[in-house]
Amino acid sequence: MSEGTLYDTVWENHKVTELPNGQDQLFIGLHLVHEVTSPQAFGMLRERDLDVAYPDRTFATTDHIAPTEAEKRERPLVDDQAEKMLSALESNTDENGITFFDFESGKQGITHVVAPELGLSQPGMTVACGDSHTATHGAFGSIGVGIGTSQIRDVLATGCIAADKQRVRRIEIEGELGEGVYAKDIILKVIQDLGVDGGVGHVYEYGGPAIEALDMEGRLAVCNMSIEGGARAGYINPDETTFEYLEGREYVPEGEAFEELKAYWESIASDDDAEYDDVVTVDAGGIDPLVTWGINPGQVIEISEPVPEPSSFEARTDREAAASALEHMEIEPGQSMLGYEVDVAFLGTCTNGRVSDFEEAAAVLEGHTVDDGVRALAVPGSETVRKECEARGIDETFINAGFQWRRAGCSMCLAMNDDMLEGDEVCASSSNRNFVGRQGSKEGRTVLMSPAMVAAAAVEGAVTDAREYLGEGPTGGAGGVEEVAD
Amino acid sequence: MSDDQHITAVSGTGVPIPGDDVDTDQILPAKFMKEVTFDNMADYLFYDARRDADGAYNDHPLNRFEGASIAVVNSNFGCGSSREHAPQAMMRWGVDGVVGESYAEIFRDNCKSLGIPAVTADHETVTELQEWIEANPDGEIDIDVEAATVTYGDTTIDVDIDGSMQEALVDGIWDTTALMYSNRSKVDETVADLPYVESDD
Repeated sequence: MSEGTLYDTVWENHKVTELPNGQDQLFIGLHLVHEVTSPQAFGMLRERDLDVAYPDRTFATTDHIAPTEAEKRERPLVDDQAEKMLSALESNTDENGITFFDFESGKQGITHVVAPELGLSQPGMTVACGDSHTATHGAFGSIGVGIGTSQIRDVLATGCIAADKQRVRRIEIEGELGEGVYAKDIILKVIQDLGVDGGVGHVYEYGGPAIEALDMEGRLAVCNMSIEGGARAGYINPDETTFEYLEGREYVPEGEAFEELKAYWESIASDDDAEYDDVVTVDAGGIDPLVTWGINPGQVIEISEPVPEPSSFEARTDREAAASALEHMEIEPGQSMLGYEVDVAFLGTCTNGRVSDFEEAAAVLEGHTVDDGVRALAVPGSETVRKECEARGIDETFINAGFQWRRAGCSMCLAMNDDMLEGDEVCASSSNRNFVGRQGSKEGRTVLMSPAMVAAAAVEGAVTDAREYLGEGPTGGAGGVEEVAD
Repeated sequence: MSDDQHITAVSGTGVPIPGDDVDTDQILPAKFMKEVTFDNMADYLFYDARRDADGAYNDHPLNRFEGASIAVVNSNFGCGSSREHAPQAMMRWGVDGVVGESYAEIFRDNCKSLGIPAVTADHETVTELQEWIEANPDGEIDIDVEAATVTYGDTTIDVDIDGSMQEALVDGIWDTTALMYSNRSKVDETVADLPYVESDD
């Protein structure tokens, strides 16, 4: 059993009581709501004649079905089903006194992008949302968990979830990232090492020099994909980087109140002598950018590595999974992913839809154009991100290169709006899941990678090492892997 | 909610759903989540996997074992998204219980919320049961939640079940809203000690 970790402390602070079934009743300090998984829960509340217990701790936005083309955001939405979902969220939040960041608010976007940038997600909180990527908020040193709709009903009605305490695994990430290697590569490396179900029964505490060196947006990307490694939650202890990020944001108090809150934030970090259920080390020093070659996020390689032979995996399940992945992706073992042709480049999502992600991609795109055969979408994670990018002129780089510059939403990550793959198109994607059918076509193929790698793939029309476009000024192209590899 | 929430056993014919890491995008593709109720979810269960390119039903197990109540799955079933649409679709299609090698946690939690026992056994045991179902499509399978056993034909196997799930189902306390609603005053005490929550009064 772990002791003295942030997880233990935050759990204790939020534990209401032990339930008769042996689970703990845990207060949820921040409940994020979106249009897809909440209407059924509000319906259940109405059936039982219950009110929302903590409307002030509940915030809503629309993301999954949000059209990303400006003209398609006129109401009523062209898609009847999407309009119905959006209207339901409007009336549910209105009737229950819940703040809704709708299109008109100018703050609409993906829950896991909006809550951090507004300062709603803070250290030492428990955060829940009907979305598995709620682990994202752990970047601040909070415990974020994805929940199902019946649990959303629980949180709406009682402010609580019934939960089992998990084991805590410390993941010590050593080394220094080279140029053109990012937080996304760290988390893909972790999943490569520990597997897609390695985290089941655990929460991950990420630490070590490579994590401490990340800015908040990088930390958000790392924690975001905890669930892809099977961990229900993932977090990073708060430090000065965290406090600096939070100070001055809309929902963060100022002055004395800020200092008081900061004292709490500092108090919840893991003790130096905290005990973990286990500790693993991942070396991120000198890693190359990673890309997936298969149909789950654990089927991933450094760009310098060949696609593996199924027989090279120890576990039977991994061998079988590799064989079906090769078939779906239409690739051979031993092949490099370099040169794997792409039809679509998709940049955005709750993993990589923040300003720094667009900046990193823009650094690659500067002075280049998207390959003729590629449909390229840049979808900011929130309207706040979009406006910030536009204020800095980053949007121009994308538009000049041939990207479509869109409005905020989940978009082609899960294709619940009009943005989707067709047939067996290949997508270079900054999203988090490469499951079969995930991007809207059951023959579609997804290659996960960092934003810079997506930009490079868009230019080349094929998977490319983005470092070839970096480090040699705006025209790029003359860099080369050797120069940047440690 | 009915008075009888005690789930001590579930039974019926089986449907094998083979494969590891079967994710919720396969179980219930996202394009079918654009409905504000779960009412129609059964129609969308494994929608893509059950159909050929031309839209006709293929030989997917769900097409061959219509009317089954016990799904038998492999490891890390239900990984990926938190969508309750996945177990809702299974339940509405007719699944009352699941036997598998392992489950993603949110999926298992969602099963518990719906009163669906999800029990586990090792790879060999699960594979044997899947093969038995193929050979005995009309054969009855019984999941005894209280005793943690599964019986089919002349065979009874011991299975594992998460402690809190077993307790919740057998004691009929899996409706966690009702359970937690009664602790409202205790919640207020917890909240009072949290520095980030502004008190209303």
